[in-house]
Amino acid sequence: MSVLAGLRTADTLIDANLVDYTIIALYFVFVMGIGLMARRAVSDSLDFFLSGRSLPAWVTGLAFISANLGAVEIMGMSANGAQFGISAVHYFWVGAIPAMLFLGVVMMPFYYGSKVRSVPEFMFRRFGTGAHLVNAISFAVAQLLIAGVNLYLLGSIVQALLGWPLWVALIVAAVIVLSYITLGGLSAAIYNEVLQFFVIVAALLPLTLIGLNRVGGYQGLKDKITEFASTPAAVAANVPSADQQLQSWPGQALTGFGSGTLSVIGIVFGLGFVLSFGYWTTNFVEVQRAMASNSISAARKTPIIGAFPKMFVPFIVIIPGMIAAVLVNEIRELKSGAAPAGGASGTVQYNDSLILLMRDVLPNGLLGLAIAGLLAAFMAGMAANISAFNTVFSYDLWQRYIRKDHSDDYYLRIGRLATVGATFVAIFTAIIASSFSNIMNYLQTLFGFFNAPLFATFILGMFWKKMTPTAGWVGLSAGTISAVIFAFLSKDSFGSASLGVIPIGGQGAAFLAASTAFVVDIVLSVLISLKTEPKPVAELRGLVYSETPKEDLIDPEEVKLPWFRRTIPLASIALVLVIALNFAF
Amino acid sequence: MTDNQHSADDTEDAPSDGRHTAGAFDIRNFIGGLLGIYGVILTLMGLFGDQELNKTGGWNANLYTGLALLVVSAFFVTWARVKPTVVPAHVEPPVEDETRPGPTVHPPGR
Repeated sequence: MSVLAGLRTADTLIDANLVDYTIIALYFVFVMGIGLMARRAVSDSLDFFLSGRSLPAWVTGLAFISANLGAVEIMGMSANGAQFGISAVHYFWVGAIPAMLFLGVVMMPFYYGSKVRSVPEFMFRRFGTGAHLVNAISFAVAQLLIAGVNLYLLGSIVQALLGWPLWVALIVAAVIVLSYITLGGLSAAIYNEVLQFFVIVAALLPLTLIGLNRVGGYQGLKDKITEFASTPAAVAANVPSADQQLQSWPGQALTGFGSGTLSVIGIVFGLGFVLSFGYWTTNFVEVQRAMASNSISAARKTPIIGAFPKMFVPFIVIIPGMIAAVLVNEIRELKSGAAPAGGASGTVQYNDSLILLMRDVLPNGLLGLAIAGLLAAFMAGMAANISAFNTVFSYDLWQRYIRKDHSDDYYLRIGRLATVGATFVAIFTAIIASSFSNIMNYLQTLFGFFNAPLFATFILGMFWKKMTPTAGWVGLSAGTISAVIFAFLSKDSFGSASLGVIPIGGQGAAFLAASTAFVVDIVLSVLISLKTEPKPVAELRGLVYSETPKEDLIDPEEVKLPWFRRTIPLASIALVLVIALNFAF
Repeated sequence: MTDNQHSADDTEDAPSDGRHTAGAFDIRNFIGGLLGIYGVILTLMGLFGDQELNKTGGWNANLYTGLALLVVSAFFVTWARVKPTVVPAHVEPPVEDETRPGPTVHPPGR
């Protein structure tokens, strides 16, 4: 400590004491303990891992959303709540639930039935080398960029705790994650994810309730937001009106569109359809959780069960953000157009909302629990990115295209090197991420580049047997390129590098870039398919809807279950609930 | 010893047999354990530590959260006791897949 004490350049943002550090240390003991026990148990018997296969659906469902409940969700969504108010719920109720239900009901049978183990692999089966290569490379690049986001947020917590400069915090955080991955934390990934879910809820629920207590309940919060939005400083800083901050529709605060109708279309088509279906139905990390379960029925139910807790997550991430915007002085000043000093990057950003709220309302003890929850989420998120990267890098890229026939040890070594390399690269992508004041803008832009065209190619390839291999890779690359071009032309998707030819910025620009990618991909794929040779129909069984016998797509055992444990009724209940929530807020 | 012998004799696949339940490895025991320890720490902090009422708006937040965590912890541990996770006797080994190059997977123990 005495060596590092010399590094202190700023006062610590959060005043943690011994009890807080004990709580944080206990979490690490449990995580490492699970990893080490997993390692020992595996040499003694198979029980530890076998018990994983018989885990009940609530566990796989929680692991499914927990894999996503990382930095992006917690910090990004509370930042959105602080900046835009309640309309950030669209990321959950429009931007996640419908896609999760669609994944369970429609797409999971194909993934599960075709026995692929990764999304690039499905691409390889359906379209061959070209699409596989494009998908594998773009996925690997996206994982590096997103790992950077997680690392940046992890670094900002370390900075808030210890007061180190960001670059030192980044390197230290990277080393921590690297040791967390290599110490066998991943062999017990599902266990850690489920544990992490409960720690996060235990951390954020008290924060939300205490915050609400401070502002006088939800009504008090509404009054304070209304009052703040009408102050001259807030009006001068173009803060969204109280109505826009307190009602989710039409969500102009979020999209930045002048017209309410356009805003609704942007949210429903851009966010709800293209971005969210692209993310939830094709993301390797997410989909893999469900593919690992023991039957088609369980695989289909995994995202559907996950949808229920997911619906209520916004209450513990967005509401704290909204509270921070009226309770925390720095965030109030930021929202009034000032640039208060402090935070991870020198000046306070919306991304700091949650940490600052924790500082202001949590007593020591609960503070440690909250920090443990955040650290847990960011480390798990980054570990998932890095390990997904190294799987795709060593097997889908290195082995398939660069060095074919080497020993198992050789590829294991490549995987290790890839892990170290990816962590190193993530330090630099973290610096890119730190230049965005609202991390969600950055991520939505990224998802638009990669996931929107992927979803277009997927959905067309699944339902149209004439789609050709050439159309597959051309559509994917053209979609991604068109989204990148759109981002360059927009106001601020690439920060200062954007040219501003198209006068739309913020998350509306991300929705539009994704929609552009989707449309370009579909149009090009159809045109090229009409000119080129499709794959023989015999090779498409299990990959294309019309060529797959119905009995391959359903689980014959499922009719024996009571109605509330079947896929379709569960999905219907989730859908009704989410529609009700949309009306309520 | 004789006790073990006895239980193995009269119930072959009973969930109470240590070999066939997840036992200490049950995820619910991990969750219950960690949340329980947190519950104890926070309850003690609430009783003996600085309540910092100016931050929480008058609530003894550590105490309330600590007690809630203890209840949740007790729920998970009880649930794991009452309905133990049973490990299936037979699980298919991972299938080799020609279309996905990768190190050949050998189930441990072979």
